[in-house]
Order: sequence, then structure tokens, then C-alpha cells
Amino acid sequence: MAVRMPHWFRQIWNTKGLSRWIFLVGLFITLVFVVFAIFAPWIAPYHFNQTAVDGVKFPKLGSASSDHWLGTNDQFYDIASRMIWGARTGLEVVVMSVAFAGVIGVPLGLLSGFVGGWIDRVLVFLMDAIYAFPSLLLAIVFAFLLKNTLGGGVVAAALSLTAIYIPQYFRVVRNTTVSAREATYVEAARAIGAPPLTIMRKYLFGNVVQSVPVLGTLNAADALGTLAALGFLGLGIQPNEASEWGYDLSRALDDAQAGNWLPAFWPGLMIVLLITGLTFVGEGLNEGINPALRRRRLQKVVFPARTAGEEVSS
Amino acid sequence: MSSGSGSGSLLKYIGIRVLLVIPMMWVLLTLVFILLRVAPGDPVTAAVGDKLSPAAIAQRQHQLGLDKPLIQQYVEYIGHVCRFDFGTTITDKEPVLTVIRDQGGATLTLTLGAFLFAVAVGVPLGRLAGRRRDTALDAGIRVFGVVTYAAPIFWVGIMLVALVIKFLPSWPTFGIASPVVAFEVPTKTHIMLVDAVLYGHGDAITDVLKHHVLPCFTLGLLLMGVIIRLVRVNVIQAMKGDYVEAARARGIKEGRVIRKHAFRNALVPVITVIGLQVALTLSGAVLTERTFNWPGLGTALITYLNGRDYIAVQGLVTFFAIVVVIVSVLVDIINALVDPRVRY
Repeated sequence: MAVRMPHWFRQIWNTKGLSRWIFLVGLFITLVFVVFAIFAPWIAPYHFNQTAVDGVKFPKLGSASSDHWLGTNDQFYDIASRMIWGARTGLEVVVMSVAFAGVIGVPLGLLSGFVGGWIDRVLVFLMDAIYAFPSLLLAIVFAFLLKNTLGGGVVAAALSLTAIYIPQYFRVVRNTTVSAREATYVEAARAIGAPPLTIMRKYLFGNVVQSVPVLGTLNAADALGTLAALGFLGLGIQPNEASEWGYDLSRALDDAQAGNWLPAFWPGLMIVLLITGLTFVGEGLNEGINPALRRRRLQKVVFPARTAGEEVSS
Repeated sequence: MSSGSGSGSLLKYIGIRVLLVIPMMWVLLTLVFILLRVAPGDPVTAAVGDKLSPAAIAQRQHQLGLDKPLIQQYVEYIGHVCRFDFGTTITDKEPVLTVIRDQGGATLTLTLGAFLFAVAVGVPLGRLAGRRRDTALDAGIRVFGVVTYAAPIFWVGIMLVALVIKFLPSWPTFGIASPVVAFEVPTKTHIMLVDAVLYGHGDAITDVLKHHVLPCFTLGLLLMGVIIRLVRVNVIQAMKGDYVEAARARGIKEGRVIRKHAFRNALVPVITVIGLQVALTLSGAVLTERTFNWPGLGTALITYLNGRDYIAVQGLVTFFAIVVVIVSVLVDIINALVDPRVRY
């Protein structure tokens, strides 16, 4: 198991041409945002919920100055600080929602594919129904319901996104399980008397989760967009709970119609950059791991130095 | 596949596909009912509870049949939906079907316009990128595709509005028609564009068309990202096919190989996926409508959400579900007509 990670990374490293660069650029962008997220209190000049310093209120819609690098928005918030803090909110929600979805979707898919029968059919049908539904609408409905019970916080937002991604994990894992179930190694395991749970845990799990990382990163990108969309529609995280780019965009809509586009430009740019980064990582992973798309670059082969005596033995 | 002629198996496939709509619809309706009717509690209290006395609330509940057992409400809900009755909103006491009639037209012209634009531009771009894989052109088109997909549609919309206000101040940036035109044009079909055409004044038609350009372009960009990616990957995979190699071996020119052999086969999965983008389009439409203050169903949905009107939200969400299911069936049928392998 310990060898897998470097091996898996080497596979991507060794892909040819664009895919490799796409992956590396994506990784770089994502890492920058991770740094923002972790060190937000030290990097950002102000707290995300701060509208005054030393008793002096920030200007409304102030232009960029040495006090406010990117100006302030219509709620007296410092735009630069909200952008940096937003990375933390975005990554928190995304990681949570994708993790929840994986934790529910993967075991369900494994079970459904392995057990088969009517359980499988019912689950597949249910998941297909959820998957067919417009994801944003589903998120809107969940956000609407959770907002009334859990409030407008990070956890509520993450939970309202979870439901949209469960069917994808379910589907991928279930289909791989169905084809892996008949493989010789599973038959062998069964022949030596392994109980179903052991087969699922020890033999199937490792083989069916291969495509989950790719799906996870692509979903993360999608989840970030959906989170921002919820914020934009006024159903996401409240501004005093955490800094969220989508909410800031919705506040900036009227300013843009009035000709002042800067308060809308910055949070949107952050969303685009982070989504692009995550998508690039996902695409790079996909083209590196998927054998149908993978192309290896040529590598120098280094022969081991010959030692004396070897010639004799061969 | 084994028995019967080609058209017989096609009919059978279509028949089965249409029959499958019933359980699909049932699952979705049940889901909507559980989420919006069972989970949140009493809709009357949620929407207007702070304005009415307890007696008045009880009366409204009785009027709407909300005091009946949930199971009975569930059966009635399914029955009503079968008769295209989506309930009556609590906040403004309007049948949801009327809301759909009044505001659906705007969403329809918005999405159709976006679709046309996305296909007309996205398919050629994706094909070009697939053909010239790993060149600077491919990189450029792919980055464009990823960015249009990555950029939140509402942000793209806002930035376009800002650009237009700066460089073309007279161009309309919100709404579906100028107030004067909206007032002048008589309402017949509830589709602004069609009404304007029926009205027959060139100025009115131009005004409505002008209002469509920005929202359709914005929503179109979202779909275009998907189309470019998909066409590109499919062209690449089709180019690896043996029949492409065979066509090349027969000395057919490269351009013709791509046009006649690779591209045509690459399009089959594209048709399916473009059809499946209806869900994405609907999601995008909600956001585009909010951005451009477009008087469509998305705007209606957000209004009722903010009013905590569960009945209205339930009705609209049910309608969206029906649209998605019907379109997915149509896509499958078209797909079966195009690709004989589908009709198993």
C-alpha cells in the first residue's frame, strides 16, 4: 500500500505533453488556495466580518488604497480580506461535501454491485432519478430546508451539496464492482471460504476505488461552483458566519448594473481560479490514469553498471 | 437485436423507454413530496404564519387540504400532478400552472437561444481541438472550454454587463423588453418574442431580440464548455478507430477521413450528452435569470423561496422534474434512431 502513492504520482508525472502541464499548473493553483485557506488570519489584512478598525468605519464602496488593497464593498467589508478568507470557506465546504458524498456513495455502490438482486435494482433506480434531476435545483431545495433548521453556516452548506454527488460515486463504484465481482481473484477468495464482508473489504474495495480520486477532484470543482451559486441566490452561507464569494457577488450585482464592476470582479476571479485549478488536477489525473487517454513520454533508460564477474555468469 | 426487423425492435425499444417514465416519475414525485411536504412542517405557518391569527391559519390549512393525513395528501398530490395541477401558491394565491404559463416562455426562449449558440460555436471548436491534439490551438481551445465551464455563469454575466455598460451604453442589460415595449405588446402566447412577432412592429421585435442577446450568450458559454470537451475527446477516440486507419490506408484524404468517418461517429455520444445537458441548462437558467433580472421560472422560484412558500416551490420543482424526464426520453429516442446499437 505504501508504494501505491508514489507509483500513482509517477504515472501522472510520466504522461506526455499537455496533460502533465495541466496537472502541474492545477496543482500549483490549488496549493496556493490551500495556503490562503490555512493562513487566512495572517495573510488577510482584516477579519472577514470586520467593518471598522480602531473605531473608524470603513468607507462604503471605497476605491483601492493602501488601507484597502482592492477597496471595500457595499457592506463596508474589505474586499481583499473577504477574498482570502473565502478560500477557507470554499475549501472547507468542498472537502466536507465531497467527503460526505464519498463516505455514503462508495459503500452503497460496493454493496449494491456485490449483492445484486432487487436491492441493486432499487438503488440504481433511485440514484438515477436523483442524478437526472438538475443538481442546482436539488442543492437549492436542500439549502432551503437546511437553512431553516441548521442556519446559514458552513456545515449546512456542505450538507446541501452532499446529496448531488452521492449518485456519481455510487454509479462508478457499483459498475466497477459488478465487473470485478466475477474476476478470478474474487472467485479464488470465495473458494478459500472468505465471507462476503471480507471479500468486499479486502479484495474489492482497493480495486473499485481507483477512479474515486478523479471523480472527487472534478466534483470538488463543481461543488465550489454550486456553493457560489447558492450564495448568489441568497441561499448559502450568511456573510457574518463566513466569507463566501458567491454571496459577495450577489451583493455586487446592483453595483455592476450601475457601472461599478470591481466589487464583482474579485470574488468571481477567485472562484474561476480555484475551479480551474481543481479541474486541471482532475483532468490531469484522468488523462494520467485512464489507459484510454494516457500517453507516456519517452524516458531515458539507465542500465545498471556492470560489475566484474557478471559476464562470466551470463 | 436477435429477433424481428429493425423497425420492430426500434418500436419495442421506444415503448419500453416510454413505459419506464412512469416509475421514474413516481420516484421523483415521491422524493419531492418527502423533501418539501413532509420534511419542513406546515407550509402555511412558514409562509404567512407571522401575519395571520391561529384561527385564520387553521382555516387556510383546511382550505388547502393540509390538515389531512400525510398519506392522503400524498395520494392527492400524485393525482393532481397527473392532471397537471401543481397546486396554488400560498403567498399570492395563484395556481402554479398560471405562474408556469406566464413565466415559462421567457425561460424557454432563453434556453433555446443559448442551446443554438452553444452548438453552433462549440461543435466546430471541439472538432478543431480534437483534430489538432496537443498543438497550441488545442491548448487554447481547451483552456477556453475549461474557463467557460469553470467561470460561474453569473459572474460571466455580471462582467459582460459591465463591459456592455462601458462600451455600448445604449444596449439593454436587464429584463426581457423595454418597459414601453412590454406595455405595448399584447399578451397572447405569454412568450415575449412570439408576442412581439405577432404584434408585427419591427422596433418591438428588435428590442426583444436585443434583450435576448446577453442572457443567451451567457448561458450559451456554460453549455459550450461541455460541448467542446466532449466533442474533442470523442474525435480523439474516433480517430484511433480501425475504420479510420482503414480509410487512411485506402488513400482517402485526411480532411475527408475526419469529416466522413471520424467526426460522424464522434457525434453519437455527443448527441446523448447534449441532451442530458437539459438539467445543466435549467440550473444555469435559474442563475442567468437572477443575473439579468429575467422574468422566467427561475426568478419565480427564487421569489417563492424567499417567501418560504413551500407549495409554490413544490409545484415548480415538480414541473422541472417532469421537463427533465420528458426531455431525457426524447433524447433516448433520438439516440436510438441515430445509433442502431442502442436498440438492444
